[in-house]
Amino acid sequence: MKIAITAKGKELGSDIDTRFGRCEYFVIVDTETMEFEAIMNESAMASGGAGPQAAQTISKIGAKVLITGNVGPNAHQTLEAAGIEIITGSNGKVGDMAEKYKNGELSSTNAPTVGRHAGM
Amino acid sequence: MKITVASGKGGTGKTTIAVNLALSIKNSMLIDCDVEGPNSHIFFKEPMVKLKDVSIPAPKFDLDTCTLCGKCVDFCQYNAISIVGEKLLFFDELCHGCGGCKIICPVDAITEVEHYVGVIEKGGTGDLPVYHGMLNIGEPFGVPIINELKQFADDKKTTIFDSPPGTACPAVETMRDVDFCILVTEPTPFGLHDLTLTVDVIREIGTPYGVVVNRDGIGDDRVDRYCEKENIPLLAKIPNDLEIARLYSSGVPMVKGLPEYRKLFEEMFDRIKEMI
Repeated sequence: MKIAITAKGKELGSDIDTRFGRCEYFVIVDTETMEFEAIMNESAMASGGAGPQAAQTISKIGAKVLITGNVGPNAHQTLEAAGIEIITGSNGKVGDMAEKYKNGELSSTNAPTVGRHAGM
Repeated sequence: MKITVASGKGGTGKTTIAVNLALSIKNSMLIDCDVEGPNSHIFFKEPMVKLKDVSIPAPKFDLDTCTLCGKCVDFCQYNAISIVGEKLLFFDELCHGCGGCKIICPVDAITEVEHYVGVIEKGGTGDLPVYHGMLNIGEPFGVPIINELKQFADDKKTTIFDSPPGTACPAVETMRDVDFCILVTEPTPFGLHDLTLTVDVIREIGTPYGVVVNRDGIGDDRVDRYCEKENIPLLAKIPNDLEIARLYSSGVPMVKGLPEYRKLFEEMFDRIKEMI
């Protein structure tokens, strides 16, 4: 299964970017094989609506889970519509969070964790 | 003639300059474009009366006709429309009302409905009409109201526009399509910093401009040196006079309470006329 992790770099050793809509990269990890690829977040510089646009990006890639720091209300609504499980409050390294998810140590959230424009 | 009073920094005295300039010259009108917090009207006794509602066209989606092709999503520069899986989402607070999605839709699944964003009110007198706009609470985007406010400028009068602070869309909209722009600053490092940002914007727009220093006597001389170096005309300096502040706090314009200041505004207007 593919999970999307918001990151400041392109590697499993990169730090988590705690913003969702305006994170620098998405590291997409396949939890079965731990293979990964990084994609640049083109929504990072959007004038508005970065959250919903980023949610569409990871939905198109086929991610079923998002691991990040915070999500705002519009991002949350879009992710929920896309059926993507949302895990917030993450920090540290991308690879460590992926391992924790695999081991069932992370729990999902069902509400936005920040207000609008928190990642600006 | 149209003159906009702007500044990067808030609280430098835009409204003070706009109101007193309008009161000091003949045949003027005042349009307060700070639709998030208009306050010019406080200096006029006459009540503000509602003239009209302002709306933008918002898309309404017929989901039975929509094929989820995503053309509207790609078109929208403001990311107001999302499609995920089989679902279409519309975020009305992101929509700028441009109408593009309706034009781009290949199956005519979009109609437009009026989305009310605020009102325009009028007060003042026959000699000096005052207009302002009020953005509805919760609405994020004041430009459509500013656009409509600008239509009330009377070509036979000198119109003074009181701009919102900052250098974003609402301020840019107020600073363009006018004959002159007065940039108000205070002689402090913060005032200078935001003045330089506004100068960058006004140079891009191309409107002739000059600087007014308010609360002269506080801070330092860096604004003077900056204007000299950049060849920016210094139109006037208003002293840091406690009596001006005292009058302001009771809603009395300085040219009414301290008529000796009227000359300063008349001379400022003469200099502006020479520059355009």
